[in-house]
Amino acid sequence: MGVAPVEVERPETTQETVPDLPWVTIVWNDPINLMSYVTYVFQTVFGYAKPKAQKLMLDVHHKGKAVVSSGAREAMERDAETLHGFGLWATISHDS
Amino acid sequence: MTGGQEPDEDASLEDLMAAFRRSSGGATARFGAAQASIIRDLVGQLLELIGADALDGDALEGDTLDDRLRGTAGGTIGADDLAAMIGLTENAELPEDPVLARLLPDAYRDDPEASGEFRRYTEHGLRSGKAAAARTVLATLPARGGRVRLSQPEAQAWLRALNDVRLALGTRLEVTDDFDDQVVHMSPDDPRVAYVGVYQWLAYLQETLVRALS
Repeated sequence: MGVAPVEVERPETTQETVPDLPWVTIVWNDPINLMSYVTYVFQTVFGYAKPKAQKLMLDVHHKGKAVVSSGAREAMERDAETLHGFGLWATISHDS
Repeated sequence: MTGGQEPDEDASLEDLMAAFRRSSGGATARFGAAQASIIRDLVGQLLELIGADALDGDALEGDTLDDRLRGTAGGTIGADDLAAMIGLTENAELPEDPVLARLLPDAYRDDPEASGEFRRYTEHGLRSGKAAAARTVLATLPARGGRVRLSQPEAQAWLRALNDVRLALGTRLEVTDDFDDQVVHMSPDDPRVAYVGVYQWLAYLQETLVRALS
């Protein structure tokens, strides 16, 4: 019982609705944090499934850093604050 | 990052080993009196360092870790002075002390102004959260040791506090990615030697707690 799709004119979504979008939270490698703990933190803080959390952890470990979340600046600041609470070395950036 | 210690590496360390395992409500472990004393001492120093007030005094007596590492126990500058110095609410600068700089890092890599602004808004809460986690450890770990039974939230507080203690200790020990090689070549006179075992044991303990919660 479908209703015929209606052509909706898409509004311009660039600047007005998502003004701050390409902000990212980056986690940096350090020699002290345990790999298992970092994975646990990514699962706990972001709700990521273990494989995704583990992949991010390995990216941090092998590449020196990884983008762990992206979105509006305020949201990234909240993420960084939370990660600092867990002892991870996190920074915010406008580009990755 | 580091992979953590395996339990069978060092027989002399074995005596010190305590391990967490999963329990119905969270995690549990048994600690000897010496183990409890070491953890309470280090967590107490962490509390001092992050400038917590209204502390239990019992874990905070004696020389600071820094004093001992530098061989200046009994010197005039202690953690109290440091805590007083960095406990400012309007603080916008990255702390000079490398441990505090690691525990309370800048949020922007190349933007001191944005970092300062972020710090003004978040540092107090960050310190409070770390202090609360540290206090949870002191409240749940009997000074004489024994069985510790942690709820899920308590276990997570332990995890955070153990991690902060390891960050503090590891920063003071100047841990690097090739730290294990360095340890092998450390002179027996090196004041860091006594703390390497503790540092490695705490890594093992934290590893078992992560596994108990995963």
